[in-house]
This record gives sequence, C-alpha cells and structure tokens, in this order.
Amino acid sequence: MNNNITYWKNGVKDGIPIFLGYFAVSFTFGIMAKNAGLTPFEAVFMSLTNLTSAGQFAGLGLIGASATYLEMAVTQLIINLRYCLMSFSLSQKLDIKTSLSQRLLVAFGITDEIYGVSVCKSGKLNPFYNYGLMSIAIPGWTLGTFCGIILGGLLPERIISALSIALYSMFIAIIIPPAKRNKLLAKIILVSMLMSYLFTKIPLLSQISPGFKIIILTVLIAGAAALLFPIKEVANEQ
Amino acid sequence: MNSNVYLYILVMAVVTYLIRLVPITLMRKEIKNVYIRSFLYYMPYVTLAVMTFPAILSSTANIWSGLVGFIVAIVFAYRGNNLFKVSLFACFAVFIIELIV
Repeated sequence: MNNNITYWKNGVKDGIPIFLGYFAVSFTFGIMAKNAGLTPFEAVFMSLTNLTSAGQFAGLGLIGASATYLEMAVTQLIINLRYCLMSFSLSQKLDIKTSLSQRLLVAFGITDEIYGVSVCKSGKLNPFYNYGLMSIAIPGWTLGTFCGIILGGLLPERIISALSIALYSMFIAIIIPPAKRNKLLAKIILVSMLMSYLFTKIPLLSQISPGFKIIILTVLIAGAAALLFPIKEVANEQ
Repeated sequence: MNSNVYLYILVMAVVTYLIRLVPITLMRKEIKNVYIRSFLYYMPYVTLAVMTFPAILSSTANIWSGLVGFIVAIVFAYRGNNLFKVSLFACFAVFIIELIV
C-alpha cells in the first residue's frame, strides 16, 4: 500500500509540467468556449469529462454549427483515434494482474501527455503512477478552462505563450535520455521528426489532420523499425 | 445555446472514453509476438517525436522563441535534467526571447 502511495506521489511530481502545459492550452480553450457561447460550467464540464484538446476545440466548432450528434460522434472518433493505439500500448505496459476497475480508471486518463510520460517509465507500469499524473493533470486542464473563460484576456499573453512550450519540451525530456544511450533510437527519433516535418510541407499530405498524421507515421515508422530491428527481449532494453 | 450543449458534451465524452477504454480492457494477455513487442517498444519514441516536431516551433508567439525553447529543451534533456526542469527552462527561455524579439 505504501508502495502505491510512492508511485502516486511520483506521478504527481512528474505531472507538474503537464499541469503547466494543460493550464496554458485549456486557458485558450476557455477563451474560445466563451466566444462559442458556452457558460463557464459547460466549458469546465466539457474539460472534466473529455480531457482532450483537439477533440474539444473541434467540438466547440460543431456545437456552434449546430451539427448532428452523429457528426459530433464521428468527428470525435476520427480526431481521438490515436488514443486507441496508446491504450493498446499501455495494455502491454500494465501488469497482467491489473484489475478491470483499475484499467477503467487508467483508460480515462489516456491523453498524449499522460501516455507519453507513463509509457516511458522502465519496467511494468503501476496504475497508481497514472493516478498521480491524472491527479495533477486533470485539475490543470479544468482550472485552465475555468480561468480562461472567467479571466479571458487578463492573463498576459507572454505567460500563456511561454507555458505553451511546456508539453513539447516535456516530450523532449522523455525521448532524449534514452536516445543518448541508444544510437538506433536517436536515428528513429530523427527520422520521425523529419517525416513529421515533411507531412506539413508536402501538398496532399499536409491536408491530413494532426490526429491521423500521428497514427500514420507511428504505424509506418515504428512498424518499419520493428521489421528491420526486431528486439528479442524488450524488457531488458528499457 | 440551450440544454442540448450537455448532450453534445456527453456524446463527445462517451466516444472519447470508449476509444481509450477498449484496447486496455480487452488486451489483458501479454503479447509474445516479437514483431508486435518491438513495435510497441519503438512506438512511444516515434509518437512523441512526431507530436513534438515541427509543432513546437509554432506553439509560442513566434518561431524564434519556439526554436530557442526547442534547443534549450534538447540541451537540458541531454544533460539529464528531469521533466520539470526541462519544461521550466524551456518556458523561461521562451519568455526571455519574447521580451527581446
């Protein structure tokens, strides 16, 4: 039990950058929600129940356009489909004995950031670590939404701009140290960034939504890497 | 705006939760296949790299602060600083650059 509390605490600690980044992004979301005509309660309710950025921004647009519920469902499915891949990845990272109720809870917290931080932990994943991340990430996301819709332009743009890099720099902090020890990983990361850049520049490819781009490139590059450089004992590599 | 905003929100929440829920609850056995295990090993690095670049360059008020933040993050990450420190230094770098540029 004490062990679980330690995992939870570590999660909270590692989640601080997520808190900062989420606050900045959801602050902007709050401002946009206000412009779309949502009440503070509606906006916070959306953030609390959805916990996703791109999906919520798209949702605002669809609500504004009085789209059908089916359109809303399909749009969310397309934008958030990448979580399916992340959920699959975490299913193999958790201990087999992890109970269904714990899986239900961990699932709710699968965002790009919580996934990124938790999947790169070495060894099997303790659900309490994810609860720790969620305990700080979810308040960041909802509080930011609330402040955005209430305070609007009161928070200096400079602060929001500076905080906006928090999540990306956190991703860098996750992927660079292993790449330093493993040249192959470094090359794969470089190829991934290069391909990602090309996808924004090549005419037809640049039309692809960010969510799908992530899925396509992940399947393509990680798939190719797995074919070319299969790993016999993955556990020992990490 | 009327009460159906809540219905929209509910539809969004249910769809998004189901996407997150299905694999992690259904895949309860360890996959032995070397190819899939290797894929899962490489996957986070590819996904995070794709999400980070080039998006990081346009995340801030201008490309220069984004670029400097990017470089600062790489340097501090390379030197083995933890997530919090790397993020904080990058945010700080962006703030300083935007005071100048």
